[in-house]
Amino acid sequence: MFEAVAFYLFAFLTIAMFYITVTTSQALYALTALAAGMIFISAFFFILGADFLGAVQIIVYTGAVMALYAFGMMFFDTTREVKEKQGNKFIVVGLATLAAVMVVAIFVAPIVSTNMTAFYPMVEGAGNTQEVGLVLFTKYLIPFEVAAVMLLVAMVAGIVLAGKKMDLSLTLMSAEQAKDIDDKDKKVLS
Amino acid sequence: MMEIGLNHYLVLSTILFAIGLVGIMRRKNLLLLFFATEILLNAVNIAFAAISHYYGDLTGQMFAFFVIAIAASELAVGLGLLIVWYKRHGNIDLDTMTSMRG
Repeated sequence: MFEAVAFYLFAFLTIAMFYITVTTSQALYALTALAAGMIFISAFFFILGADFLGAVQIIVYTGAVMALYAFGMMFFDTTREVKEKQGNKFIVVGLATLAAVMVVAIFVAPIVSTNMTAFYPMVEGAGNTQEVGLVLFTKYLIPFEVAAVMLLVAMVAGIVLAGKKMDLSLTLMSAEQAKDIDDKDKKVLS
Repeated sequence: MMEIGLNHYLVLSTILFAIGLVGIMRRKNLLLLFFATEILLNAVNIAFAAISHYYGDLTGQMFAFFVIAIAASELAVGLGLLIVWYKRHGNIDLDTMTSMRG
């Protein structure tokens, strides 16, 4: 009973938030709605008993990803309205639904066709975090390390791409200086 | 009251995935395209966690963790590229990115 109420409540909230994210013409509304949707999704993980995944969802998505988007949006002109493609809405919605159903079919097909057995069954008497640690640091140790290297590469790439000329203050120098740097930039880059 | 089963979660995942795909198909602004991509990844994560729970197998949760890690790194690189593009061209609309016209 409690599970059903929680599921339907959070399902409604998540769908509403993501619908706002996809349809609104204000980038800031989209950002805040997306952050709210991420938090609501973590509720599903808690309902499903994946406590650690829920905590990671909150920390990584609403803590790191949303903060990164917020910082990124400071570079862009977010106050003007977002233009959208003028296309046939029925085709778009139809294609999206078709593709989504196909993805779920891909997920479900192996479950339905054979008796799926658990490779790494849940350990009795251990909390979710403990189970995750047991599997992650034994069976999935190499992918874990590779993911760590990938995150390091992504961090270096982010710094290199976004951090150019961060030692110069564009607000403190005179207008001509700033324009000079800008012109030089364009010449180099174009 | 109804029992919540695996099918409920899969249907929810389908709906969220469809919303994300609609977003990808109708957005022109690249930042909002990124938002739609995050929705797709989250929809798949719900399916992974649900299957993991209903089959008593932790593999689904492991995959969800790696999906989250990939989403984070994709975002860091993508946002960096987007900032560079914005500094050069002053907008991030998809329609203006036609420098490779064939």
